[in-house]
Amino acid sequence: MATITHEEAHVHAHGPELQHQFETPEQQKEAATLGMWAFLVTEIMLFGGIFMAYIVYRWAFPEAWEESAALLNTPLATVNTVVLLVSSLTVALAVNAAEEGNKRRLLTMLALTMLLGLTFLVIKGYEYSEKFAHCAGAKDPISWITGSDLHESHECLVPGRGFLFPEEHGATGGSHGAAHTASMQSGHQLFFLLYFCATGLHAIHMIIGLGVMSAITIMALRDRFSPTYFTPVEIGGLYWHLIDIIWVFLFPLFYLV
Amino acid sequence: MSTISLPQSSYIRDNSRTFIDWLKSWLLTVDHKRIAILYLLSINFFFLLGGLAATLVRVELITPQGDLMSSDVYNRAFTLHGVIMVFFFLIPSIPAVLGNFLVPLMIGARDLAFPRLNLLSWYLYMIGGIFALIAAVFGGVDTGWTFYTPFTSTYSNSNVVMSITGVFIMGFSSILTGLNFIATIHKMRAPGLTWFRLPLFIWANYATSIIQILATPVLGIALLLVIVERVWGVGIYDPALGGDPLLFQHLFWFYSHPAVYIMILPAMGVISELISTFSRKRIFGYEFIAFSSIAIAILGFLVWGHHMFVSSQSVYAGLIFSFITMLVAIPSAIKVFNWTATLYKGSISYRTPMLYALGFIGLFVIGGLTGIFLGVTAVDLHVTDTYFVVAHFHYVMVGGTIMAYLGGIHFWWPKMTGRMYNEIWGSIAALIIFVGFNMTFFPQFILGYLGMPRRYHVYPPEFQILHVMSTAGASILAIGFIVPLIYLAISLRKGAIAGDNPWGATGLEWKTSSPPPTFNFDKTPIVTEEAYAYPPEAAERDAASWRPGSPL
Ligand code: HEM
Ligand SMILES: [Cu+2]
Repeated sequence: MATITHEEAHVHAHGPELQHQFETPEQQKEAATLGMWAFLVTEIMLFGGIFMAYIVYRWAFPEAWEESAALLNTPLATVNTVVLLVSSLTVALAVNAAEEGNKRRLLTMLALTMLLGLTFLVIKGYEYSEKFAHCAGAKDPISWITGSDLHESHECLVPGRGFLFPEEHGATGGSHGAAHTASMQSGHQLFFLLYFCATGLHAIHMIIGLGVMSAITIMALRDRFSPTYFTPVEIGGLYWHLIDIIWVFLFPLFYLV
Repeated sequence: MSTISLPQSSYIRDNSRTFIDWLKSWLLTVDHKRIAILYLLSINFFFLLGGLAATLVRVELITPQGDLMSSDVYNRAFTLHGVIMVFFFLIPSIPAVLGNFLVPLMIGARDLAFPRLNLLSWYLYMIGGIFALIAAVFGGVDTGWTFYTPFTSTYSNSNVVMSITGVFIMGFSSILTGLNFIATIHKMRAPGLTWFRLPLFIWANYATSIIQILATPVLGIALLLVIVERVWGVGIYDPALGGDPLLFQHLFWFYSHPAVYIMILPAMGVISELISTFSRKRIFGYEFIAFSSIAIAILGFLVWGHHMFVSSQSVYAGLIFSFITMLVAIPSAIKVFNWTATLYKGSISYRTPMLYALGFIGLFVIGGLTGIFLGVTAVDLHVTDTYFVVAHFHYVMVGGTIMAYLGGIHFWWPKMTGRMYNEIWGSIAALIIFVGFNMTFFPQFILGYLGMPRRYHVYPPEFQILHVMSTAGASILAIGFIVPLIYLAISLRKGAIAGDNPWGATGLEWKTSSPPPTFNFDKTPIVTEEAYAYPPEAAERDAASWRPGSPL
């Protein structure tokens, strides 16, 4: 059994960012990247459970799916899709800037990315509040908040006791008419339940992603990166791409069925 | 290298002056060895707790009437037992304690790839455990460890949300451990340590980690949906609202069947180490054992339906699941045959860890074979949800995983603490456990075959004799678990100094001092030979030099 000493292994100079358990910066970077990929696999399996539920219920209630999807706000979601795709681009540019050691461009790109992420959340929040406003009998979130123009609600797409699928859209009527085919009207409810769960979980990831990006921005401000060391930007970018990709699946599955 | 005193500096010692400093140095440690010790203590605590619940169950079953508790309390007792034992003991046990301690040592690294993540995983484990405990203290849960819907989602009014949250959080701890191991095993191996020179314990943990990161999130989402359904009163699993309760079973078993391999694969890894060391022989069929771990990990994902033969899934699905279930038995059997072949013409010494290893082989064979009975749909229809199933999984989980866990703890105890345990008491305890275990669970095969359903606390009087036998065996088993606690604790002060390599074993973990220094190796080792490189004639030499009175 031969041995080499730590001193020998550590001959070449490296920055303070090399953690004690690693021999070389390359090893550290590879480990971090591999760890992140493994984590992404986990995330995909997490959403996989919801997709499984989606498949089962879509197969069970094809009409309900079609009728329900029509009631989602597709134009807004399309805008959101574009927003996210652009943010994917800005993240990629941020990684590129970090690689070149261009701090100003890195910071700009990170800021842009976060701005786009925030825009996504605001639009998503508006979409959600639209649904809640309808339950409260308001036309849109604004009149819900100001309390003007309230009327008897005839549509409530938030799953729960008050769920009410509008008559004119479904052949089978709202949840009050439990007398007629129970399973049909609950198909609509399941659609919206899965919609809220999936997009909600996605939004939580987006919030975490914003946190990650802020942390990276702070590190960049403190000059923690160099062309030889920018692993956090890279793996943060991977995470951001994951968020985008999940949305790219959610969007057609819920809005475009 | 002295065998007279412990090394001057090791991961256990530190120079903290005050108690607070000392506490901090443990609770904020990122050293994989210290985290392993934290896990060891907390996991054993949960094990005792789960054992207490099991005692309640067994005591109730002494008589055919329900005299000690109501059926409701009984439900809570066996659920507490199941939830704690499965999620807070068996799943983390070997990876989080032995794996955490040994993976970096065995591959010649200074630590895991992500030490802080490792600490986080312990905290998540503890937080999850506290949730489960709170749920138990405030009335418990009555759903069984499987949390089947629609009972959990609609009808049960016990602390379902609380305990499910606990399991959900624990799941993330398990994911983080798996992720850490994968990155570590891929990227941190010492120079010269190729994949086919890795100890089989590493292969086993690698396969386990893959299951952990792929399966656990699915359990997470299944449980999350139960919580959503309960809290908001919406119907994802509720048939009255169009939901499908079977969806839960599919998602649950998609995790929980692979999860049984999370429990058994690391155990098999331990056994490979023990068998080879105490036969002083190269392991037979190294590649077969290594790849059978991977095969088990993959096939394990395709058999979940064998838990649902009577759940109205289609006959054809049942047939396919039944067939693939048979296939899983092949890699499991490959391992058993290879261990046996390793024993053949070995110089076998019956030290305590080896007793556990031999016990493992016997009990796992019984457990695995009865698993095949259960995988045959025609037999399963007769014995599903009876004590036959209970006996099957206790043979693999207790007879398999716990035997290996204890064997591993004894084997690496000198490495972890620097001191030897008492060999005589060790062997006695191992024998008590073996006897107690069989006496507890063998009657349950018969009970189940005769039709005693599981999860009932009142039963026809003709079953009493078998139930009494089982409870008697459980008392012996309990003694067998308590004795090691005592002599291991005593050995911390009184045990003989072990030295670096008390077993004369191969493997990098034996090349460093006992207990190892904080960064494991003074010099990064370079590996030039395969694992288990016992010289071919080692076994014969040992046998020739044996004299009456030399250690077994
Ligand atoms: C040779 C491999 C194995 C086969 C073929 C096998 C087969 C089966 C089958 C068919 C069942 C379903 C019985 C029923 O519910 O009617 C079952 C249940 C079970 N098995 Fe195995 N098994 C094997 C190994 C294991 C291992 C290694 C473990 C754990 C370490 C394990 C743990 C369990 C558990 C916990 C249950 C019962 C779950 C419950 O309903 O509460 N099995 N097994
Ligand atoms: Cu199974």
